[in-house]
Amino acid sequence: MTLAAATELAAAANENLANISNTLIYSAMAVYTLAFFAYIAEWLFGSRSKVGRTAAALTAQTAAKKAPAVTVKKAGGTAVLERPKVVVRAAAGARDVPDGPGAHGGDEQGDLYGRIAISLTVLAFLIEFGGVLTRALSVERAPWGNMYEFNITFSTVAVGVYLTLLALKKNVRWLGLFLITTVLLDLGLAVTVLYTASDQLVPALHSYWLYIHVSTAIFCGAVFYVGAVSTVLYLFKDSYENKLASGGKPGRFANSVLDRLPAAASLDKFSYRVNAAVFPLWTFTIIAGAIWAGDAWGRYWGWDPKETWSFITWVAYACYLHARATAGWKGRKAAYLALIAFGCWLFNYYGVNIFVSGKHSYADVGLGVLQSAGF
Amino acid sequence: MSKTTAPGETPAAAPDDQDLGAAGSQLSTAPAETLTGVPSLGVIGWARWFWRQLTSMRVALLLLLLLALGAIPGSLIPQTGTDATKVAAFEKDHPTLAPIYDKLGLFHVYSSVWFSAIYILLFVSLIGCIVPRTWQFVGQLRGRPPGAPKRLTRLPAYTTWRTEAEPEQVREAALALLRKRRFRAHVAGDAVAAEKGYLREVGNLAFHIALIVMLVAFAWGQLFKMEGNKLVLEGDGFSNTLTQYDDIKSGTLFSTDDLTPFSFTLNDFKGTYEVSGPNKGTPRTYEAALTYSEGAYGKDKKTVVKVNHPLEIGDSKVYLTAHGYAPVVTVRDGKGNIVYSDAVPLLPLDSNVTSSGVIKVLDGYRNAKGVSEQLAFQAFFLPSYAKGNEVSSVFPALLNPVLNLEPYYGDLGVNSGIPQSVYQLDKTHMKGFKDAKGLQMRENLKPGETMTLPNGAGSITYEGTKEWANFQITQQPGSGWALGGAIAAIFGLAGSLFIQRRRVWVRAVQGADGVTVVEMAGLGRSESAKVPEELGDLAGILYDQAPGAPDPDDDSADSSKSPDPQAVPAEGAEK
Ligand code: HEM
Repeated sequence: MTLAAATELAAAANENLANISNTLIYSAMAVYTLAFFAYIAEWLFGSRSKVGRTAAALTAQTAAKKAPAVTVKKAGGTAVLERPKVVVRAAAGARDVPDGPGAHGGDEQGDLYGRIAISLTVLAFLIEFGGVLTRALSVERAPWGNMYEFNITFSTVAVGVYLTLLALKKNVRWLGLFLITTVLLDLGLAVTVLYTASDQLVPALHSYWLYIHVSTAIFCGAVFYVGAVSTVLYLFKDSYENKLASGGKPGRFANSVLDRLPAAASLDKFSYRVNAAVFPLWTFTIIAGAIWAGDAWGRYWGWDPKETWSFITWVAYACYLHARATAGWKGRKAAYLALIAFGCWLFNYYGVNIFVSGKHSYADVGLGVLQSAGF
Repeated sequence: MSKTTAPGETPAAAPDDQDLGAAGSQLSTAPAETLTGVPSLGVIGWARWFWRQLTSMRVALLLLLLLALGAIPGSLIPQTGTDATKVAAFEKDHPTLAPIYDKLGLFHVYSSVWFSAIYILLFVSLIGCIVPRTWQFVGQLRGRPPGAPKRLTRLPAYTTWRTEAEPEQVREAALALLRKRRFRAHVAGDAVAAEKGYLREVGNLAFHIALIVMLVAFAWGQLFKMEGNKLVLEGDGFSNTLTQYDDIKSGTLFSTDDLTPFSFTLNDFKGTYEVSGPNKGTPRTYEAALTYSEGAYGKDKKTVVKVNHPLEIGDSKVYLTAHGYAPVVTVRDGKGNIVYSDAVPLLPLDSNVTSSGVIKVLDGYRNAKGVSEQLAFQAFFLPSYAKGNEVSSVFPALLNPVLNLEPYYGDLGVNSGIPQSVYQLDKTHMKGFKDAKGLQMRENLKPGETMTLPNGAGSITYEGTKEWANFQITQQPGSGWALGGAIAAIFGLAGSLFIQRRRVWVRAVQGADGVTVVEMAGLGRSESAKVPEELGDLAGILYDQAPGAPDPDDDSADSSKSPDPQAVPAEGAEK
């Protein structure tokens, strides 16, 4: 037996805390469910208002070949103290489509439900955070010893990223329903299939690199996830705009939902920014992992499946960033690359843990359950 | 004045676009995508065409995609490098598939010809891309930001006002302001041209160069690496020469001359464990106290090697990878002569360091009849024995050590030439000593106790216990370079992705009515909210220095006097 294996005997659980953690996670799920219904209500009430801004903008463009007029601020004698106004113009080839009004569609009641949904999301986030924290305290280590813990930490961070963007007054409210739906799926998977009792033995290699490496990995995953959601929405919205621009008539559902989302260009830009912003951190994550592997296993890089898939994910995101810089690959093609890249991230997380065995031992915990569940 | 524009309409055909083209050009050093046309000029033409293809962004993208795809099989098919036994099992299970895989190099993907071809092409492409980009960038740094396009109105961010200030005054103020904001600015004709954010390009180039540094360092490390294992008893030493290793693996270009000269002695191994509570037995620390010296005649130094804290000497690292116990035993023959006295390292079986192994007396022993024979003792060791728990230790530390021995005699078969493990006993030519009841003899010994073999065959005494530690010694030259490259890559990337390269122009000309018209425009590489924001900010400050003048009474007349009265298609900067 090697020392590395010996150190894997982690703290046995403090049962009280572990139970509190479970209760908190279930409570968080309940509150997320309420938030989910509130988001649905926001969308439903929003559908009462007839917006059709996208259509209006696009038909105006194609019909009159005239963009919305821009007025340059006149520095008249009366307004000498006022600063000149900057006129902003879309780039060449870009459609000048205004952003949708958001899920509530300008409907007051819809907006109210939306606000309730966000409040509930904040509450659920706090509860879930408490659940993760007590779980960590119950085993006296970082809460990512197995896939169950990884899942609950992951969704907490993803929601945290969303709420932070909201707090920074970024236009991300439209993400709410899509995010919370998947958070519920993630938690559902965690508590049913992946659940691992808190007293399971897990690796607790004593290296701060482990903490740095795994926490940044989870954070990057959460941000990539937000990027992926907006990429998917971009693809839908883009087809919708294309259809309108070429005179097509999208279905009523598409009309109602997609019209309320930001313009395709905005979604595209948002997902690019999100992905580009974490890419350096993801690079750092891989390097931190390599440094840790160097200290723990005596080699920096050994093409272990986890390492390999981190590399593949990294290269895939590099492809995406390159694609954005290459003429023929912008827009939809680049978006597909972004989704493939996120697919690689997901596979690295679930697929490699389940189908491939490697040195990253936390993956083993919960495996038996999955196998007996027919995986 | 008001203007109507139709964005997204006429593409690059319009003649005025050349104007903006110059102003918007070279905002990055990305190669232009001009890949059309098949060469016509013989071999050189083809070579040039091929080179241009290879160094284009599009091919770089394809090669990157191929690299990602190519890495996949290695994670799904067992690899000789990581797990040779799995490869053997796979070959057994898939007799038809395995030879094909083998031909394709799928059992060693990352050193296969095709995978190497992909990344070598990628890196050739990368070098072919970086060199011209670097020159181009140096050229840009030496030159000046391009002059203002004729129609500033067509830029993505634009503002204008009229002022009583003289055009020169406005330009001077603008120049001073932009320089203060760390723009590179100069006056070109009737306008100030300024640019900022060159660090983006620096970052991008640094990132790509860092990738090359990392690859070279990695390749270097693979060729010259070495990895060996050595089990050392407390009090024993090790010096870094080939013969001292228990096992060793090395890269193709590694030669034993490359072994870093050093030696060390294991003074003490200490393991501490949680003694109570639910975590009882969990290791808390493993520490190997060493005295080591660098070079042939280095001074002795003391250090402590722990898990995750290797000892670094030159390019070599000494890792602590395992530990265990080595009972010290003395074997005597029937006459009481000592035939064997040594510490015997045993291999741990579980987390409480229940250990097993074999004590082999190869020569020097004669049995009761005076015939030369070999002895062996199957050893089973519990560092913490508790009554009622005969087969496993209850705690990893030496609290109540018990050595369980099974004695055998005969021929160990070591002279047959077949290598055998020191931890295993080949019983084919060995017989067990029997106890009074005719059963295989077996006894538990505490430190100091002796087991007497039947019929004057001798005895074995368990004197005490030493600990041993296993060290992995690795040499991976170039890892410092790889780390340096990695850090440079991260910073380069951050610079490349977070810094906006952008241009600002300020034009001030005398209008027909004698009033100065100021126009400001901004252009970024990508559409960004920051460019208009910054422009607004700059305009605000400049506006304070060149305050607005009242409009002429007639609005419609104004529009004809303004520098750009026509409605023109918007043509912005593009990423
Ligand atoms: C080893 C594989 C490569 C990786 C991992 C890689 C990665 C990246 C990344 C992540 C970016 C994004 C930075 C940004 O948007 O500013 C980038 C930009 C860029 N890469 Fe690469 N690259 C590689 C090879 C190449 C090659 C072979 C070329 C030349 C053909 C190249 C040319 C460029 C250029 C011109 C940019 C800047 C694009 C722009 O200014 O928007 N790269 N690269």
